[in-house]
Amino acid sequence: MKTMKPLNGNQTIAEAARQIDPDVIAAYPITPSTAIVESIAQFKADGLITGEFVCPESEHSAMSVCIGASSAGGRVMTATASQGLALMWEMLYIAAGLRLPIVAGIANRALSAPINIHGDHSDTMGARDSGWIHLYSENCQEAYDNFIQAFRIGEHLDVRTPVLVGLDGFIVSHSVEVIQVEDDAAVKKFLGEFQPVFPLLDTSRRITVGPIDFTDYYFEHKRSQIEGIENAPRVIEDVAKEFGRTFGRNYGFFEEYRMADAEVAIVVMSSAAGTCKDAIDELRTEGLKIGLLKPRVFRPFPHQKMAEALKKLRAVAVLDRSSSPGAFGAPLFTEIRSALYDYEKRPKIVNYVYGLGGRDIKVEHFKEVASKLTRIAETGKVEEMCGYLNLRE
Amino acid sequence: MKKENWKELAIGTINLNAGNSVSNLTGTWRSGQKPEFIEKNCIHCFFCWLFCPHFAIRVEGDKVKGINYDYCTGCGLCSVECPTKEKSIIMVKEEFKLAEGRKS
Repeated sequence: MKTMKPLNGNQTIAEAARQIDPDVIAAYPITPSTAIVESIAQFKADGLITGEFVCPESEHSAMSVCIGASSAGGRVMTATASQGLALMWEMLYIAAGLRLPIVAGIANRALSAPINIHGDHSDTMGARDSGWIHLYSENCQEAYDNFIQAFRIGEHLDVRTPVLVGLDGFIVSHSVEVIQVEDDAAVKKFLGEFQPVFPLLDTSRRITVGPIDFTDYYFEHKRSQIEGIENAPRVIEDVAKEFGRTFGRNYGFFEEYRMADAEVAIVVMSSAAGTCKDAIDELRTEGLKIGLLKPRVFRPFPHQKMAEALKKLRAVAVLDRSSSPGAFGAPLFTEIRSALYDYEKRPKIVNYVYGLGGRDIKVEHFKEVASKLTRIAETGKVEEMCGYLNLRE
Repeated sequence: MKKENWKELAIGTINLNAGNSVSNLTGTWRSGQKPEFIEKNCIHCFFCWLFCPHFAIRVEGDKVKGINYDYCTGCGLCSVECPTKEKSIIMVKEEFKLAEGRKS
């Protein structure tokens, strides 16, 4: 039965996992995603899920179990964060290279050193070239909805690529919200039966999974892998439409908030977008034509759609909750700046790194960005292309 | 053998022709020496068979029968491991031909 439930971000992922009931769930608990694994273990103990629950000795092994189970022909998921995702690193690439549609819930958390348990995007941004599809969630409802859609996207026969769903550590993972939990049967129906491709457990057909490739085949296999994620935009769109028709909540590659007549805009992902909306509402009452663009899909990067949405603006500030030391700006910034390169008319663009290690970002900080954007729009000059927000300088 | 382009390959690096490594004749890797089996010394302990990295020891029933030179890389492990007083496998000089390539 469709119900409203008070759940925190971790519980929403666990709740979706219970409804989906994958064949195998393999996970190792790590803050702030521990409660996902803990709740799933409880569901298993209570007989509420029928799939196998495997708790191996590390995240590297958890992803390895997922790879084995997915190769065997099962629907598979995991959950982790931060160092856990980092420990999965080599297996992430293998999951993507073998085209296994594993779904991972990630409670985004900073990476050591210095050790920190709070939310930022360093973990998943570090995995941005691993070949996984990336979906990011502003709140618990989006985390739930994204997690359900992730299976449909990854499992589509044209895609067959693993998907990670990011939710901000603590800010979303540990905050209780009343969310719409859909009917168990409706969720199962939305997902449909899992269709394995070349399952290892089909003993009628002899296959080899993951054989060695040297200079003669590696390149072709990698190109073949890229095709999967390049097919994803169409599927992401179709799945979102069907999700909207079925459950009444609509999703795109990004959300535009008060962008129709905006002259300047802030681009920010995940939970900070919620605070940003409040800041924009206040700034609008002060007469500033400002909007928000909140990316949901980071891989595959919707470069064309995003550039179309931003090209007419006078100034854009891209806010990144991770840094890419030594790079020409943080990850989201470099993507967007590059996407705008081919447009003759394009906005001035700046980058702010914010919230590393869970440092709070408040309405006043967005207002600070807005005043800088206003100045850039007026003067047409960018004094500082890459800066930091709410940092003691 | 024609190599597939990326569109012709099965997804996920799956090899639908499992067991095709038999076509990889690792004997072409030999360079300079090869093992020679001396049957009269052999006690059929199977050490050579156990240690051979390329399954190149020929066996029939419970008897060692010699070397499969299609796959023997000439590493010499069999000869080193052979426990008989008078070695049952000795390494002998082999003239190799440059760039003979694989037979398949």
